[in-house]
Amino acid sequence: MSIALLPAQFSDLEPFASTWCLASEGERYQQRLASTMQQMQGFYDAMMPRMDEAITYCDTFAYDDLPDDVARLLHLVYSLVMVSFPIEAWKQPNIPDSGAAYLDLLVEPGP
Amino acid sequence: MAKFPKPPEGSWTAHYPELGTEPVSYEDSISPEFFELEREAVFKRSWLNVGRVEQLPRNGSYFTKELAVAKTSVVVVRDMEGKIRAHHNICRHRGNKLVWQDFPREETQGNCRQFQCKYHGWKYELAGDLTFVQQEEEFFDFDKADYGLIPVRCDVWAGFVFVNLADEPSQSLHDFLGPMVTAMEGYPFDQMTERYFYRGTIGSNWKLFMDGFQEFYHAPVLHVRQLPATIGPPSMAMGFEGLHYEINGPHRLVTTYGGQGWRMPDELLKPMEIASRSGLFGPWDQPDIDLNHFPDGVNPANVAPWGLDAFNVFPNFVILIWERGWYLTYHYWPTAANTHVFEGTLYFVPPKSARERVAHEMAAVTFKEYALQDSNTLEATQSMLESRVVSAFPLNDQEILCRHLHKVVGEWVAAYEREQLEEASK
Repeated sequence: MSIALLPAQFSDLEPFASTWCLASEGERYQQRLASTMQQMQGFYDAMMPRMDEAITYCDTFAYDDLPDDVARLLHLVYSLVMVSFPIEAWKQPNIPDSGAAYLDLLVEPGP
Repeated sequence: MAKFPKPPEGSWTAHYPELGTEPVSYEDSISPEFFELEREAVFKRSWLNVGRVEQLPRNGSYFTKELAVAKTSVVVVRDMEGKIRAHHNICRHRGNKLVWQDFPREETQGNCRQFQCKYHGWKYELAGDLTFVQQEEEFFDFDKADYGLIPVRCDVWAGFVFVNLADEPSQSLHDFLGPMVTAMEGYPFDQMTERYFYRGTIGSNWKLFMDGFQEFYHAPVLHVRQLPATIGPPSMAMGFEGLHYEINGPHRLVTTYGGQGWRMPDELLKPMEIASRSGLFGPWDQPDIDLNHFPDGVNPANVAPWGLDAFNVFPNFVILIWERGWYLTYHYWPTAANTHVFEGTLYFVPPKSARERVAHEMAAVTFKEYALQDSNTLEATQSMLESRVVSAFPLNDQEILCRHLHKVVGEWVAAYEREQLEEASK
């Protein structure tokens, strides 16, 4: 049994944690581009019904002082936001016709 | 038939008759010769926004700004007296870049008590005076007072830091911004300090991206797939109309409706918009600050339902204020006739909870999805404009601001050329 990355009550989401608990937008965007639609659909279907509960749980802690496992849970929510565009709009990982265009997020807030 | 009222002249464009209504040339966006003139006539003479005061929180805080269009770099600093200043980022000894880290052409920031050149150790106080020269006695007829940093005109309006590369700017910053822009003063920019800063290199002339974001005629078409099938095609069929357009000197404004997700039935929204209570127009729930007493300059025409104001500040700076209580800025920094660096920065009141932060994340991610669609389309435009197969393009009434930008840039370039001729004939 590997060490849990997420709070115990979200242990059902552990299979996605090592892939999608990513602290920066750049990592989340790259993971999206590197994933298949099937992989992202699996994550989306498992995570979407838990999103509200996950945020509510994060907010039982002080926002500016989240324990590591709680911060990872919040990062999982950010990743869900990221994959929602391929799933809900594009039906493909990348933005249609975006070619080699890029926008790097050089400054982003924590946590 | 227009769904929203237009000025008595019958169109927004006719309300500003100096703009004309004829097709417009985009030669100004493909000609390398014109770009060389723009460097001198526009970018070395205008007040350029380079950041916000929050980026200089303490005495000694500094950041550098690469201004490739003017072939210089400036260092902006809050000196030991708390005054915000700018200097050309060059050591007076042998021209080394004074402030940089690891990569000479990349921007940097930090806090220091003085600037020290990496090359031969010359030191400058933050106000610019040269204070130390390595082996000063080896120099000839040398007085440190003659070798201070080269100052750049610098001023602050509403917390936005501007520089002007002219030796003697023809207008103060306040006069340059004029009444339409300065009427925004008092908006709580200073409370919206959570920052998402995006940057990318774009394969088009800088004015093409300004055009892309100063008309929303394209929005229901280019972005139709971002909307649920229940609302995308009807939006496209309806088209777009701005609620208010305004021109003041070289600056311009468009006000639109939009957003209002919290009032929409679920079937018109994406699941993540509902789950995050956020989207393109930002978080549905307003931050916990006073948003009931805006200055008159925000939503100046008092339209309802108000969605956003996009203030295009000449030449390359946009402040976009959203009804829900946040704002973003765009900067378009030319690097050649057919390339520029685009910066998009989103500012929110710092979140007090994870729920607020997730709503901000959704707004930021949505912004990038839209912006990448826009930016890549521009490369397609640039490449065909350069074919010169077509020399003039019809602009409709919703594209009035594009017409104005190209006209103003042309006027500034023409004025510069006249001055050069007068100088030469003296």
